[in-house]
Amino acid sequence: MTVVDLPLARSSERTRTTAWWGVAMVILTEGTVFAILLAAYFFLRAASKDWPPPGVKLPDLKTAVPASFLLWGSSLPIFAVEAAARRGRWGVVRAGLLVSWLMGATFVASTLKDFQALHFGWRDNAYGSIFYTIVGLHAMHLVVGLTMSLVVQAKSWLGRYSPARHASLEVFSLYWHFVDLVWLAVFPSLFLSVRWR
Amino acid sequence: MTVTERPADPLEPAPPELAGDDLRELWEDAPGLVGFFTTVDHKRIGIRYIYTAFVFFSLAGVSALAMRAQLASPNSGLISPGTYNGLMTMHGTTMIFLFNTPVLAGFGNFLLPLMLGARDMAFPRLNAFSYWVFLFGGMFMYSSFVVGHLPDGGWFGYVPLTSSTYSPGHNIDVWGLGIIFVGLSTTVGAINFIVSTFKLRAPGMTVNRLPVFVWSMLVFSFMVLFAVPAVTLAEVLLELDRLAGTAFFVPSLGGNVLLYQHLFWFWGHPEVYILFVPSIGMVSTIIPVMSRRRIAGYLWVVASLVAIGFISFGVWVHHMFATGLPPLAISLFSAVSLVIALPSGVQFFAWIATMWRGKVELAVPMLFCLGFLLIFLLGGITGVMVAVMPFDWQVHDSYFVVAHFHYVLNGAVVFPIFAAIWFWFPKMTGRALPERWGKVSFWVMFIGFNITFFPMHILGFLGMPRRVYTYNDGLGWNGLNVIVSVGSAIFGLGTLFTLAAVLIAARRKVPVPDDPWAADTLEWATTSPPPVYNFAAIPFVEGRHPLWDVERLRRARPGAEADVGLEVDGAVGRSTPVTSGIDTLPEGVLHIPAETWVPFLVALGLVTLLVAALVSALTVAVLGLGLAVGAATTWAWRTEADLR
Repeated sequence: MTVVDLPLARSSERTRTTAWWGVAMVILTEGTVFAILLAAYFFLRAASKDWPPPGVKLPDLKTAVPASFLLWGSSLPIFAVEAAARRGRWGVVRAGLLVSWLMGATFVASTLKDFQALHFGWRDNAYGSIFYTIVGLHAMHLVVGLTMSLVVQAKSWLGRYSPARHASLEVFSLYWHFVDLVWLAVFPSLFLSVRWR
Repeated sequence: MTVTERPADPLEPAPPELAGDDLRELWEDAPGLVGFFTTVDHKRIGIRYIYTAFVFFSLAGVSALAMRAQLASPNSGLISPGTYNGLMTMHGTTMIFLFNTPVLAGFGNFLLPLMLGARDMAFPRLNAFSYWVFLFGGMFMYSSFVVGHLPDGGWFGYVPLTSSTYSPGHNIDVWGLGIIFVGLSTTVGAINFIVSTFKLRAPGMTVNRLPVFVWSMLVFSFMVLFAVPAVTLAEVLLELDRLAGTAFFVPSLGGNVLLYQHLFWFWGHPEVYILFVPSIGMVSTIIPVMSRRRIAGYLWVVASLVAIGFISFGVWVHHMFATGLPPLAISLFSAVSLVIALPSGVQFFAWIATMWRGKVELAVPMLFCLGFLLIFLLGGITGVMVAVMPFDWQVHDSYFVVAHFHYVLNGAVVFPIFAAIWFWFPKMTGRALPERWGKVSFWVMFIGFNITFFPMHILGFLGMPRRVYTYNDGLGWNGLNVIVSVGSAIFGLGTLFTLAAVLIAARRKVPVPDDPWAADTLEWATTSPPPVYNFAAIPFVEGRHPLWDVERLRRARPGAEADVGLEVDGAVGRSTPVTSGIDTLPEGVLHIPAETWVPFLVALGLVTLLVAALVSALTVAVLGLGLAVGAATTWAWRTEADLR
């Protein structure tokens, strides 16, 4: 008997590619990075008398809140993209990817604009250092995600995918959901928890 | 839960030699230098990891001997204080980051696919990438010797000593950036081990049939994923403070120096077990083979491995007992540090029981395992001692601690690694090592080790502090320090006997049979050394000890019925089966990419970026980043084609 004689896993079960598992592990370790950074944030905060230090104006919520919802919303088209790719509806895939890319890019642009409007620098004090580091690292992850999206979009236009084979699209989707989810932890910690106490 | 019926006849005679050549053609690397830079063969990469790590091992050994020469007599002026600090820093850093971790990754790389019955790792190119990153990271750190900016802040790099105020110059930057870089290599390797174990197991190798070594690499890898981010962040924040002027560790600006220690040890203590866990896996593989008996309490040994993985994340504060933390926190971490002795004890008794019920053959690998048992026992006991807070306060920062962690990190990790070399060298090369040299090597190393590190316990009780470059006469430390220094030379000599044995084996070319130890795991089912495609036909695993349960798995060897059955949809040759995670039902095949320059180029781009960050050269940074991103994009472009 050889391997081919063994019963195949039931085809109704959706099996994950090795690439999907690989990125899932990347997410595990990257998620730990953000968890540790947030722990460092609260550690520094617990060890300080005043947080933020006296005279520091908190980051504005006026653009941050709508921008955040835009980012979280950018996961929705990706859900549609994943389903459409399995059915081979490439028009939906291309449109969904583009919409999601624009939403994500708008968020990054708004973050950069917010950075310029902040009244503190990252050299001023530990509060500024950790704030810029966490938000900046998250923005860097988004830039990586946007770059991945461009590659995936190019591949979808050039017809390199099939309903059965689109691992890089799956991988990108997973990663994009992850960076959105991270913001769900970062935003309340950095923007809201300092206000409500 | 069985997968399917038994194979019809696993003992069927091998058909004549023919299929092997077709496979070889498909799998073989390009010849010469091109093949050297482009290979993705896990066996070549694994062996490369091992010898590169041993080059760093010898560098760390030389720096240790130099330090012991300096400490052999009081008020010695042999080495200047600054150089001593540099040697001490690089000795510790090299042993942890550039020897122990990569050498274990090397054995994992070589052995894991063979033990799983697969033809390569899940991400062969990532595997090549992680090796190049490790090599470049090590070279980057060691370039400090050449340019004379030796890192000198200790292997732990505590702030404020390592802040730019007290350590101006590039010394600490080389160290910090190097550690960030090498951490990338370890992480990428860990992901590869996990996915390979999840998806590439031969049909029939269900979870309860996984070899203990594979379990240990799995636990190692998950620990890496959760622990390494902490040290990476510690060094990123440190470098931001140093290079960009942030205030994470600047108390006057609201920063906190203890944050660094928390980050460092949140990685640092699991790391001790990250190194120890694969060593347990090696010992648990070798002892049963050498005792001619299945391991006693497989389930308990594996459960203990997993338990160690979890518990090790709750002990880091015992490195900080003297930092003035609240008593409740110290008590809690003290208790957890005591608890972690339990799973180690379970494994210890499993090894004793295995030997007790078996017929022990005192070959060289077994000698090193026995040496490991004695050394680990002592290191474990002193570990329990320093876990108790009042005791720790007495010996904190003394040579007692140096003795303890050399017993666990040098003895209990290096001895299993030497056992592994003597055990798997025949498989890796197809050649026999001269047994007598091994016996001499073991005894000289074992005696030298204990002469070196046992007296350090007493030196600690006598009050000798660690991390000092010299000491005064008349403190009662002179005699013991001479003994320690002599011992270290003996230990170093012992390792040279193994090196000599390897060189002799390379010259004499004495061939070995495919399975010289009559072992149980799948790597012995193929030839020594394994062909480039590992297995001609993918073996079907019937039990926990495939080669003992079925007398001989001939079908896996070259000349067997070759590639039959691997092809699901027409992909030819360079592929390995993908099976479901729990019960290993075949799901399809994974195409193994051919040799490629991409991993080397991405690593080269990244190390260029690293050098640019060190010397603040923007153009070079952009070039490096461009190279890395460009090469990585061609990599991503081919994903679907490669997954065929």
